[in-house]
Amino acid sequence: MEVTQIRTDFPLLSRKVHGKPLVYLDNGATTQKPQIVIDAITDYYTEYNSNIHRGVHHLSQLATEKYEGARKTIQQFIGAQFSHEIIFSPGTTSSINLVASSWGRANVSADDEVLISAMEHHSNIVPWQMLCEEKGAKLKVIPMNDNGELIMEQFESLLSSKTKIVAINHISNTLGTINPIEEIIAMAHDKGSLVLIDGAQSIAHMPIDVVSLNADFYVFSGHKLFGPTGVGILYGKEAILNEMPPYQGGGDMIKSVSFEKTTYNELPHKFEAGTPNIVGGIGLGKAIEYINEIGFDFIIEQESQLKNAATNMLESIEGVKIIGQAKQKASVISFTINGFHPLDVGTILDQLGISIRTGHHCTQPIMDFYNIPGTIRASFAFYNTLEDIEKLRAGILTAKTMLS
Amino acid sequence: MTIEDIEREIVDEFDLFESWLEKYEYLIELGKDLPLIESSEQTDENLIAGCQSRVWLHAKLAEGLLVFTANSDAIITKGIISLLIRVLSNQNAADVLGAELKFINEIGLTEHLSPTRSNGLVSMVKQMKNYAYTFSNTK
Repeated sequence: MEVTQIRTDFPLLSRKVHGKPLVYLDNGATTQKPQIVIDAITDYYTEYNSNIHRGVHHLSQLATEKYEGARKTIQQFIGAQFSHEIIFSPGTTSSINLVASSWGRANVSADDEVLISAMEHHSNIVPWQMLCEEKGAKLKVIPMNDNGELIMEQFESLLSSKTKIVAINHISNTLGTINPIEEIIAMAHDKGSLVLIDGAQSIAHMPIDVVSLNADFYVFSGHKLFGPTGVGILYGKEAILNEMPPYQGGGDMIKSVSFEKTTYNELPHKFEAGTPNIVGGIGLGKAIEYINEIGFDFIIEQESQLKNAATNMLESIEGVKIIGQAKQKASVISFTINGFHPLDVGTILDQLGISIRTGHHCTQPIMDFYNIPGTIRASFAFYNTLEDIEKLRAGILTAKTMLS
Repeated sequence: MTIEDIEREIVDEFDLFESWLEKYEYLIELGKDLPLIESSEQTDENLIAGCQSRVWLHAKLAEGLLVFTANSDAIITKGIISLLIRVLSNQNAADVLGAELKFINEIGLTEHLSPTRSNGLVSMVKQMKNYAYTFSNTK
């Protein structure tokens, strides 16, 4: 498979920014969309736009079929046992909030403990903080070492019978660390705790099998997986989801409604009140079909090559310090340049057509840990090339010269 | 000079530049000449919220005119605020409040430095106007 060929599947990659060919290295924030996903979105609105799950008419059935078909595609993609374990949500953040609110309120009480890690995205911190505040429970944090790896001995000592849930990212969006979630899940289960995995940064970069991982919840967003924005997934084990109270009330999530008593619909509809993001779900299904065609063998090989090349390139530039040196690391590279503010570097790189991200990346505790105002982050996808890395190198050198 | 006179002067200066590179090099130079805030005033209270870079801004009245000083940890941000200070410092509060600051558009800064929280251009202007508002009411 040729990357130059693959790049033609993504129309946006050929555009110019500030008159220069785009170098898109902000895939950790969101990924670009292949033409077939864009076509699927257009097709929906031009061919069969209709509300799902209720219409007797042809278009409604067609839309329902496509939407439910996408659910099955997603189920197979992450190896879930049942398609009703796949709950559509607006994204990772919403999925976490759903669990913290529905499962959390029913299962976490005063003096219970919720465990997160020192390298969580704000969206995997704040919902748990809100839950703990409401319930008088404690939020405990698994520390990390200077390389940006979780200290597993500390994790073990933090785990106790009070631990109700461990909520942790699979891959850190700032440090690129791949966390040992198999081990974390097994250790938490030993103590009777559930585990939620924030897969926002992993889902597009490695094959996921929720059954062999034995994750209780696995959440991710569609837009980081080459799908549309505004759609994401909550995977949960059937038995746990069945026990959970509904999250939001409304249409589609009910079995029967009277003013005295409402009974709730079965999974997955119990958690999908109101008209969902139909086109988002269908687009996400199409994005997964596309990834299946590319295949993770290719994705992993390509991204590992990019990661190594970018790491070597950055290490060769004087003053560059890579933040996050975990042994197990994805193609997300944060760095600082001694004496230069990340925002200044980012502004110059932008002028050169290079899209990177600067700032705290919604992980302020990590910035506090390293005592830095922010980082410059390059995050890669399989459509990036060694030429992109060469342009990043040249851009950094230009920025350094200009800013000195 | 009036605020509009200074704005026109800046627009004329930027008209000489042919590329973004020259524009940014000039901004960086300006950043180095920013009227720096007293270190005793570089406090959390004077920090402007909503910027990716940290910006400290101080204002005082001297002979009836507003005088701004500032600092930032990012050099391009310092350049931007240096331009704002050149336009708005040593003016009376009412004029600062009424300033339209069209020069930002005319020198192509909005196009390159969109008014998002990443550079905090909007927050800076808002804070300068807040100072003007406060001083015009305490007189």
